[in-house]
Amino acid sequence: MKIAVCVKQVPDATAVRRLDPGTKRLDRAGEVALNPTDVNAVEEALRLKETHGAELVVVSLGPPKALESLRKALAMGADRAVLVSDDGAAGSDLVATSYALAKALEREAADVVLFGQQASDSDGAVLWAAVAERLRRPLISQVAELKLEGGSLTGKRQTEFGYDVIAVPLPAVIAVSDAINEPRYPSLKGIMSAKSKPTETLSLADIGVEAERAGEAGSRTTVTAMAPPPPKGGQVKFEDDGSAAEKIVDYLSERKLI
Amino acid sequence: MALTLVFLEHHGAALQKGGLGVLARALSLGGDVAGVVVGSDVQSVAATAGAYGAPAVYVVDDPALAAPLPQPRVDALAAVVAATGAENVLFAASVLSADVAAGLSARLDAGLNWDLTDVVPGTDGGLVGRRPALGDTVLVDVGWTTTPRLALIRSGSFEPVETGGTASVQPVPVQFQDFSLQATLVEHLQEAASGPSIEEADVIVAGGRGLGAPEGFKLCEDLADALGGAVAATRAVVDAGWYPYSTQVGQTGKSVSPMLYIAVGISGAIQHKVGMQSSGTIVAINKDGNAPIFDFADLGVIGDLHQIVPKLAELVRARKG
Amino acid sequence: MAAIRAADFPPPFSTIDLIGPPTDAPDERIEVGVLIVGGGPGGLACAIRLGQLIEEHPELAERLGDVPVALVDKGKQPGSHLLSGAVMNPRAVRRLFRGRPEQLAGIPTYGEVHGEGVYLMTRGRALRIPPPPTMRNHGNWIVSISQLARYLADQAEAGGTALLPETSADRLLVDHGRVVGVRTGDKGRGREGEPLRNFEPGSDIVAKITVLAEGTAGHLTLAALDRFGLHGENPQIWELGVKEVWRIAKPLHRIVHTMGWPLRMRAKYREFGGSWIYPMGDDMISLGFVVGLDYRDVELSAHDLLQELKTHRFVHRLLHGGERLAWGAKTISSGGFLSLPKRLHAPGLLLVGESAGLVNIPRLKGVHYAIESGRLAAEAAFRALQRGEHPGRIGALDSYDEELLGGYVGKELREVRNMRQAFDKGFFVGGGLASAMTVSKGKLPPGDRETHPNAEAPLLRTNRSAGYPAPDGVLTFDKLSSVFASGNRTRDDQPSHVRIRRHVPREVAEMWSWMCPAQVYEVGDDEGNGTVSVNVTPSNCVQCGAITARGGRLTPPEGGSGPEYTLT
Repeated sequence: MKIAVCVKQVPDATAVRRLDPGTKRLDRAGEVALNPTDVNAVEEALRLKETHGAELVVVSLGPPKALESLRKALAMGADRAVLVSDDGAAGSDLVATSYALAKALEREAADVVLFGQQASDSDGAVLWAAVAERLRRPLISQVAELKLEGGSLTGKRQTEFGYDVIAVPLPAVIAVSDAINEPRYPSLKGIMSAKSKPTETLSLADIGVEAERAGEAGSRTTVTAMAPPPPKGGQVKFEDDGSAAEKIVDYLSERKLI
Repeated sequence: MALTLVFLEHHGAALQKGGLGVLARALSLGGDVAGVVVGSDVQSVAATAGAYGAPAVYVVDDPALAAPLPQPRVDALAAVVAATGAENVLFAASVLSADVAAGLSARLDAGLNWDLTDVVPGTDGGLVGRRPALGDTVLVDVGWTTTPRLALIRSGSFEPVETGGTASVQPVPVQFQDFSLQATLVEHLQEAASGPSIEEADVIVAGGRGLGAPEGFKLCEDLADALGGAVAATRAVVDAGWYPYSTQVGQTGKSVSPMLYIAVGISGAIQHKVGMQSSGTIVAINKDGNAPIFDFADLGVIGDLHQIVPKLAELVRARKG
Repeated sequence: MAAIRAADFPPPFSTIDLIGPPTDAPDERIEVGVLIVGGGPGGLACAIRLGQLIEEHPELAERLGDVPVALVDKGKQPGSHLLSGAVMNPRAVRRLFRGRPEQLAGIPTYGEVHGEGVYLMTRGRALRIPPPPTMRNHGNWIVSISQLARYLADQAEAGGTALLPETSADRLLVDHGRVVGVRTGDKGRGREGEPLRNFEPGSDIVAKITVLAEGTAGHLTLAALDRFGLHGENPQIWELGVKEVWRIAKPLHRIVHTMGWPLRMRAKYREFGGSWIYPMGDDMISLGFVVGLDYRDVELSAHDLLQELKTHRFVHRLLHGGERLAWGAKTISSGGFLSLPKRLHAPGLLLVGESAGLVNIPRLKGVHYAIESGRLAAEAAFRALQRGEHPGRIGALDSYDEELLGGYVGKELREVRNMRQAFDKGFFVGGGLASAMTVSKGKLPPGDRETHPNAEAPLLRTNRSAGYPAPDGVLTFDKLSSVFASGNRTRDDQPSHVRIRRHVPREVAEMWSWMCPAQVYEVGDDEGNGTVSVNVTPSNCVQCGAITARGGRLTPPEGGSGPEYTLT
């Protein structure tokens, strides 16, 4: 069995995040780390690997230094890493990124493709559904518990209303939430052996992505302007004279919050 | 004229508030607007969209759409877009609609902008989306280079408007891809009404050291119960063992963005602020008028929380009836 | 009534617990050739030099095995825990990269020093004074030590070193009187020490030679000094520095040092220190405040002194229109030559850099000593690993001390050996003595001065805190938002790594509370008869080391914890 985990390097949570005033996209020059939920996805993949036996490959689209975060996945126990790194991918939106990632994953032909759910304000927040569509594979997202049995994956999917249990046959695409597991710390032996595990760096051409389907040319959305948000319409502050509770209820009522 | 479709999710027999809010916004922009309802046996649910201003609703009705799964809905929406030539498709963000919108984006190679708080007409007759970025510290304008334009709008951004009209319901047939039907619903379960977790709650009442003692959390629990919300805690009180780590909000705890965040006895140091600053409305109750939380609270109340909070819970219950 | 001193309330801690033989089964142990603890300039220079030697002498590689050189660092990545001014003498890096001009040229710097000014500050004025002879920096490089470490780490890795970040060295492995490696720290323990679901125990890393390059208040270094009886004549003492990096509107074209205000000059306060302001290119500056940890006032706070300094017209003029980008704090060893260990090695062990006390406070230099000692340690290790030699043999590493202390490092440290202690007498007397020492190259005044441990300072109370500015979030900042700006994301559900006595006289608790730049300590409940409990928030800790100097003990938390400095 083969499992592919799509991972992404994101600015380290500690770095001062800023939008590049030129491109108006996230300035990625800061220190970088593996996206936290991707670590959950790698951990889940490792558990599947340990239970059922599989080759585990981590796949990423990014600049050359993304290899560092791929190494963390290798240190945790992944077998192989593939990085697609190409200047032509700069400025890719969901349409272009999902296209390139799908091509890279087709090359791997994995039985299970795992994603980590990302924060809604990140570039990759809805990527897995677009990739599942391009791979023409069934999808379960928001997975908080995953089981593989007899060629079929069962996932507990969390929604606003509670949870559903969904089953999909292999091959399938799964997006996991950070509730699914507690990722392991890489052991020292794992860290040391990571360097000798196979890593490939590929260009867009290597995976069959045409120039007009990549980067800005392959994108269908744009970012046009940046501004500080309007001041949060008038802050109100007062001292309690005995009627604070009433005033609060009126305030909330006006704003339809109760 | 350009047609804007608004995806209207339903749960049981009711259309979801989020989608109806987006419908109201779409109608206010002018142009042709229609709702889209997708499911099994949904004719009557679809018709209710008329009461919220939709002149027309396209319906894709099929048993295969009974389960709340995204991929068959991609087929359904693709069919509606093809049948109508719609230029815009708007979604209120939800777990389901996010997957549907993204799948549709890949199906049609159509641009998708998400996490929007507003859409406005563009200068060229198109659409411009507004979205906050970097933890709501910056506002960014986004656009589309082709049609249809797909947009996921943050839930709760707009309120539904009841107009009391009727909608013409138009069925649209659908052909499903075989991979779309491969996911099956094994169990459909609702969580017991033990209250939402803090990540999912629309209302959070958070307590800090100002509560004075662990018993102070009873006040927060009572207020949260009255509001139908969840209770959260700052790191200081979790460290002191007053409340569980799973409720900790802040830099090293959870990040939350409920519609309403009531901070009780919390000073508002930055390690806490970063976990809740993108909440819709922030109300702070603290006896120290100089507490940093008053710098970013929408409503700041300087006073004794032991007096104010119980009274507030009582009034909320009375107001809710 | 005797004055209260922190030293009288020692922490529940013993270095004996940090020493022992390997406990993992032999096939579980990780075997490396040379193990370096600490990814600062000293440890990395050692790793780089070993890489060069291995390249030139392939037979050495064979003797060292599959992993010839491994380097562990407790930070997220090299540089995460490094903070300094810094104006570096390039002498040592030139020697390290001799014959490798591309590597030398790649070193990230902010240029050479083009001018400098030293100022004596009073509340309202800044009086320019001629730079003391020890402070001539022409030709030196302005660097960020954090950035430098990231660069050196890349070079070390390229040379074959296995870098192991996020790994703390908790125990020193000693077997039959020889150092045989370290045991790394556990990961995934909860607040009470209980293993969590992802618990990962530490490992024994065994090595032929272990190099401790832990920097200030080194955890295993202090244990090794105890174990092998290596403590020097004078006890080690420290200064605490708090630093900020700012983006600025108007470039600064020279380096600045200040003395005097806001420190008090009278001998009884024992407030020794000053500030630096260095340009970092055209659009950033580094500024920091340093104060010796032998001060007496309970309410002295290095962080707040830095904030106070910024309110002086001379300084806030430079910051006008700018924005704070980073903050951090770290101690610096200041005992100098007389506090150096008796020997800088033991069987199987070498001590490098600031861990060994190789810092020249009067010149404010230590980075190049660290690099030079790292290089020499590599060479001593190389000699001890030759055929027919055994690194554990007593005396095998003697040549390290001879070369290091016989060279310029030893010579310069010897010259200024009494200068710091002279300032015990207050600024003006101290200044006079310091000049005498400089001019006479250390021969005057005669005799070697004693040093007292920082924790023995008898505490006194003035209303010092009344002078600290209230944070405005633009020019001046509170401690908590500064800790945030340091990138500190320490997991708070882990055991406390700080060892202090939890019930102490109020003065001691308050002193700790003011001292700590990260607000780790707070005065807790009054327990009657003048004693209070101490509340500890270990996840704020930026591991500066001040507590080790003043009556407690810093031990390394879970690897990867602590600040993530990038610009300091």
